Amino acid sequence: MNIYVCVKQVPDTEASILVKDGKSINEAAIKWIVSPYDEYAIEEALKLKEKIPASMLTAVCLGPERVQNALRTALAMGADRAVHVECTVALDYQNTARALAQVIRMDKDFGVIFMGKQAIDDDAYQLHILLAEELGIPAATNVMAFALEEQKVKVEREIDEGAREKIEMAVPCVVAAAKGLNTPRYASMMGIMKAKKVEIKKITLSEIGIDESQNRIRLLKLSAPAEKPQGRIIPGEPAAAVHELVRLLREEAKVL
Amino acid sequence: MANIGLYMELKDGVFKKSNRELLSLARKSGQPVHAVLFCQDTQPYMEELKGIQTVVQVKGADLSYQPDRYARTLAAVIQEFKLDIFCGIFSAQGKDLFPRLAAKAKASLVSDCLAVDLDKRQALKPVYSGKLLAEYRIDAGTALFTVRPNVIAVETTAAAATPEVRTVAMDSGELGTKITEVLKSASQKIDLTEAEIIVSGGRAMKGKENFIILEDLAKVLNAGVGASRAAVDAGFATSDMQVGQTGKVVNPKLYVACGISGAIQHFVGMKTSKIIVAVNKDPEAPIFKKADYGIVGDLFVVVPLLKEEFRKEMS
Ligand SMILES: Cc1cc2nc3c(=O)[nH]c(=O)nc-3n(C[C@H](O)[C@H](O)[C@H](O)COP(=O)(O)OP(=O)(O)OC[C@H]3O[C@@H](n4cnc5c(N)ncnc54)[C@H](O)[C@@H]3O)c2cc1C
Ligand SMILES: Nc1ncnc2c1ncn2[C@@H]1O[C@H](COP(=O)(O)O)[C@@H](O)[C@H]1O
Repeated sequence: MNIYVCVKQVPDTEASILVKDGKSINEAAIKWIVSPYDEYAIEEALKLKEKIPASMLTAVCLGPERVQNALRTALAMGADRAVHVECTVALDYQNTARALAQVIRMDKDFGVIFMGKQAIDDDAYQLHILLAEELGIPAATNVMAFALEEQKVKVEREIDEGAREKIEMAVPCVVAAAKGLNTPRYASMMGIMKAKKVEIKKITLSEIGIDESQNRIRLLKLSAPAEKPQGRIIPGEPAAAVHELVRLLREEAKVL
Repeated sequence: MANIGLYMELKDGVFKKSNRELLSLARKSGQPVHAVLFCQDTQPYMEELKGIQTVVQVKGADLSYQPDRYARTLAAVIQEFKLDIFCGIFSAQGKDLFPRLAAKAKASLVSDCLAVDLDKRQALKPVYSGKLLAEYRIDAGTALFTVRPNVIAVETTAAAATPEVRTVAMDSGELGTKITEVLKSASQKIDLTEAEIIVSGGRAMKGKENFIILEDLAKVLNAGVGASRAAVDAGFATSDMQVGQTGKVVNPKLYVACGISGAIQHFVGMKTSKIIVAVNKDPEAPIFKKADYGIVGDLFVVVPLLKEEFRKEMS
């Protein structure tokens, strides 16, 4: 089976993000990582690949030059191939999904496509389903358990407070990973060495007929949210402090 | 004039609280509002739906949630009623349904909105896990928005006009993504993403059994119980309780963090809480910089005291 994983490169979760010129972020001091949910996606894809003889795992990432590092991470963890969709402009969600779909469609035999439930930069929560719909295949998101049985993908996804849905889909399909699906492995030294030698395939947007002019969602402005004024520590013995706290919650904060 | 559609989510037949938030948002626009409900009988909900134009009742033998059928049905409703804008709740179901609907209706979706300007087709949403806010506009086609629970103020209208009820048929086509079973959780927990009050515990809880003191406090407050990742990873709490970047984003009126240090990845999951209270024995813990009120002390002493004090307050 030709298995795919779509990964996105995002700022490290610790990074402080500063706005530059109202519409973009200052990338100068940012350390880039693979979006955390995409690590679960890579791990699940590797586990599936290990179960199916002669299967092949391809990692795909759309973004500027720097995203090659995210692809190297996927390769170091064990992916066989990597495709970089070169893109330096801002594409909206639908357009990004279309671009990823074009790349995957070039492979007539694509099987399960793994993704993350959300990318922690735009937090759009939709690329997985948009990609699946674009390819005309089923999708399940927020997946916490995955199995392939008799040509059918069976997953469990969390819905509300511990309740779960069991879902069945035919292959090909999209599976979007949530935390709890697995524990992502670390790349081995050998993996890292091997990854360096793999040639990353490059595809330009013009080759697949995608450009900004098809965008329908426009980013108007990025801003930092208002900081909370620093709160206060309520002094005194525990019993007195607790009494005062409840009074403040009632009279000042008015949340009770 | 723009036609506004709302997806009214019912959970086991119960009208979700956040539906009222959507109704308030839409009523204020002064545009014709169409509320869509998948139900056999609209009667129990009509009181809630006063003051809008149309109730679109989706009827069928089987109304259980199947994403493909729901998305196709709603895409047809959008077309039939010429809806320019369609909004839903950013709930577990909304997260699943709206991207599908976006694809089927050739519409565009902005999810997890904190504010929506229906006239301008603009919305404000958190990005970079809430470290920044982004303002988006949907330029063309039908605009879809899912709105985060608890952010829009509910305004009750005196307007008593009873909407016209129109019925449409539920789609019964093929299922690509087939839900074969729904496994309910044994305990009837409060949905954290919609909870008004949350009490959370961190690594300092030391053990699973100790979460009972948080549950006791939560019972008094009718609150949900959350946890930090450290507490989840240590096995003290289940993963559905995790608040933060890789857990849930919550938005209660009151968030009480007990024995949680306040790491950025936890903070981004609860920073929009109206009031944050921290209980921590370390006066230097970063959580105190982010909390509205803090008590420096041992949670095993403070939490039971809190429970007693709140009990007095609530009675
Ligand atoms: C990619 C990534 C994603 C992450 N996602 C999340 C996420 O979604 N959610 C999340 O929470 N974390 C997340 N984290 C982890 C985060 O960085 C912190 O490690 C975690 O939040 C710490 O949990 P904690 O505050 O419970 O534990 P600690 O940091 O160990 O803090 C325990 C606190 O309890 C206090 N304490 C100890 N004993 C007592 C007592 N008896 N009474 C009162 N106070 C006491 C201590 O002073 C301390 O402040 C993520 C990390 C990464 C790298
Ligand atoms: N630029 C991208 N390149 C590759 N995969 C992406 C890209 N953007 C999003 N994805 C995938 O889509 C998932 C959901 O992202 P989003 O809808 O943006 O929150 C991510 O976890 C990735 O698997």
